[in-house]
Amino acid sequence: MASRRPSDPASLQPVDLADSTSDFDSPDAPRKNRLDAPISGPKLGPLEFVRWVWRVLTSMRTAIILLVLVAFASIPGSLVPQRSSDPNGVIVFRDANPELFQFYESIQLFDTFTSVWFSAIYLLLFISLIGCIVPRTLYHWRILLAEPAAEPASWVRLPFRRREPAVGGTAASLDRAEAVLRTAHYRVVRNDTSIRAEFGYLRETGNLVFHVALVGVLATLAVTGGYGWSGQRAIIEGQTFTNQLASFDSFHPGSWFSEQNLEPYGVTLESFTAEYTQDAVNDAWMPIDFTAKVSVAEGDATREVVLKVNEPLAAGNSQMYLLGNGYAPVITVRDPQGTVVFDQPVVFLSQDSNLTSVGVVKVPDGLSEQLGMQGFFYPSAVDLDSGALSSNNPEPTNPTVTFNIYTGDLGLDSGVTANVFQLPVESLTQIAGRHTGNDVMLTPGDVFELPGGLGSIEFTSLRRFIGVEIRHDPTQMGVAISLFFVVAGLLASLGTRRRRVWIRARGTARTPELEWGGMSRGDDPRLDASLDRLVGKTLLSAAAKMRGK
Amino acid sequence: MTNNLESISLIATYSAMAVYTLAFILFTVDLAGRAASDGQSPPTRWLRSGMAVLLLGFAIHFGAVITRGISAHRVPWANMYEFGLTATLVLVGVFLGINIWRDVRFVGAFVSGFAILALGIVAVNFYVAVSPLPPALQSYWLVIHVCVAVLGTGFFATGAALSASQLFQQSREEGKLQTRSWRFLAAFPSSETLEALAYRIIVIGFVFWTFTVIAGGIWAERAWGRYWGWDTKEVWSFIIWTLFAGYIHARATRGWRGRPAAILSLVGFGAVLFNYGIVNVFFKGLHAYSGL
Repeated sequence: MASRRPSDPASLQPVDLADSTSDFDSPDAPRKNRLDAPISGPKLGPLEFVRWVWRVLTSMRTAIILLVLVAFASIPGSLVPQRSSDPNGVIVFRDANPELFQFYESIQLFDTFTSVWFSAIYLLLFISLIGCIVPRTLYHWRILLAEPAAEPASWVRLPFRRREPAVGGTAASLDRAEAVLRTAHYRVVRNDTSIRAEFGYLRETGNLVFHVALVGVLATLAVTGGYGWSGQRAIIEGQTFTNQLASFDSFHPGSWFSEQNLEPYGVTLESFTAEYTQDAVNDAWMPIDFTAKVSVAEGDATREVVLKVNEPLAAGNSQMYLLGNGYAPVITVRDPQGTVVFDQPVVFLSQDSNLTSVGVVKVPDGLSEQLGMQGFFYPSAVDLDSGALSSNNPEPTNPTVTFNIYTGDLGLDSGVTANVFQLPVESLTQIAGRHTGNDVMLTPGDVFELPGGLGSIEFTSLRRFIGVEIRHDPTQMGVAISLFFVVAGLLASLGTRRRRVWIRARGTARTPELEWGGMSRGDDPRLDASLDRLVGKTLLSAAAKMRGK
Repeated sequence: MTNNLESISLIATYSAMAVYTLAFILFTVDLAGRAASDGQSPPTRWLRSGMAVLLLGFAIHFGAVITRGISAHRVPWANMYEFGLTATLVLVGVFLGINIWRDVRFVGAFVSGFAILALGIVAVNFYVAVSPLPPALQSYWLVIHVCVAVLGTGFFATGAALSASQLFQQSREEGKLQTRSWRFLAAFPSSETLEALAYRIIVIGFVFWTFTVIAGGIWAERAWGRYWGWDTKEVWSFIIWTLFAGYIHARATRGWRGRPAAILSLVGFGAVLFNYGIVNVFFKGLHAYSGL
């Protein structure tokens, strides 16, 4: 219904917002988004060119394309193992496909979500978003301060039109209509012979809040993300974890991390219990409960806490999460004179649901040669037909350790940080274990005499350990608040209809009438029902007035 | 007792499939009949009986879900079988519910057909006996997170049905698809009406999906120590969210309404199906629990 103006680069709305939504504005509204010209690049000066680029970037079409691009650019992140979520998978991939690995690495496929190309897409998306919401916010602000829109030049095209007798005269009827509209939370301007009213500003407000809150999520991550840190640690029963850098098995600092960020506290694992149940159908054991009893020492106070999956422990400015568990057999190594040279629990990492586990023992000092042992641990060892061992239960009904034992240079003095779970077996000499005719298989209390009078090893006892993640995540609060507004904005926007109503006096002095007209922005199947109700209420209040007389 | 209920649930599931099949046949006969009359005839008794039979199937299906939940002593959506069972129930429920608000019985054949397929695939491929929850799933977030995911899936599925009919209808309006086998489309509303309906239903699905992702994030923080870590399932939930965000924008963009928007909606629902059927089974990730 509005006459269309030629393209104007100072558009306050995306240039390609659909007609049915932009038609809503009256011709004299400050909005200048009535662009019929296609988005194309005519010959332009530099400044116009920049404006043109800006217009294209903030158009709806670009937003849709970028949204779809972000979606498709995410797919590799689910097909290729990611360093962030599956670092081990990346290593496995490298070992299996060294050449493909090089290629993938060169295009950052193992770091999809921090890659240059993914970042480029989402940054463009957010620039487009900001370029869209800033002018829209300014415009909406003006609309919020403005009066309801003026009567349309032609009522013929209004989707809602009714004519009703003005019972009790024009002025009285308009009074009643005004009251009804105000009760329905319309913004109303009343003249002598007409009313203009508008409702549903919350639709655009909610929409803007939603989009601003999305920017809020990104801004929170950008500003506070660098202050976060996380680390992993295996804590064996009886051990104490102290929250300092040296205590972590692995540690991932944010860009702006400093060691002072680690608030001092200690967590001692008093006991760990796991409960399993056997699946009736396929006999597999499944965990049904993991409970770690820990004591937390913070300041002068010590408290007993139960740490479970889904029930993290808060200490200092960080949270501790129970993510894994397993067995840590205590291994004692003695020299030929019987002097203990090594005596500690060794973490064995579980490989399957019955907790068959692998671990490595390194004894660099105390014996005439450095000693390295590669071990398997079976909580419930059973003999397989092949002669190998297997575990048929995750509970320690028959705990057994087997070792391949090596001597030689363990490579601990080379200055390179050695992986505690790996043994450089290629450069070592095997002295016992598989294929040597001298198998090492120990149950608790068993002692094995090392060949060549080197000394002895003993599987002394069994303890359990828990794998925990300790994390300080300063983004949580900001992201949570932003997401609250994302949801609030979305619900407010989708739950509100933007409607306009005009009423004017018609008919003759003898048979006065009110004519109602109404329209909505965008699809509004309930427009008629909603406005008919307002008309009905107005008539009803007139009737009540008549009866009252 | 528990085992009894479990087998009752399975029997009810297969019964529901049988009843849905009958409903599907009735809906199809109705469409065929109206195609023969060029869509001029009003809804027939075939359609009304189709709805009645579908309602009966829904009741039996509901019983299957409830008995499964009781026999497991928890919400019936802790593994892929249960998710599929419940999501299909919600799909049929969403369809029945929408009919109170607006007559969309013309997609009854699609909904009942989809329900049969989904239930069949789930019952044959994903069935697992009732088992207790592993520690990671022992959280009330299981109730919230999966419940809204099921609801979102139900709305997206109905929206996809409408978007697909919209595409066919639009082609027909453009003078294509004029052969006899497409004449049933005459019984469908105009492509514009279909698009408006699809949009309103998908928007509800989008709200539920937003809740799903947020609730998932809160739970992930409790269980895994971080609210977002680009786990495969998180990646696909994100993909679904952005695709439907694109769809919603497309609906308000000149040149993107109509066919492009409908295609985006179908691509989005394709991602939903992929996320459930492919990611869960073939991809490595934290969402893989106890077999399936």
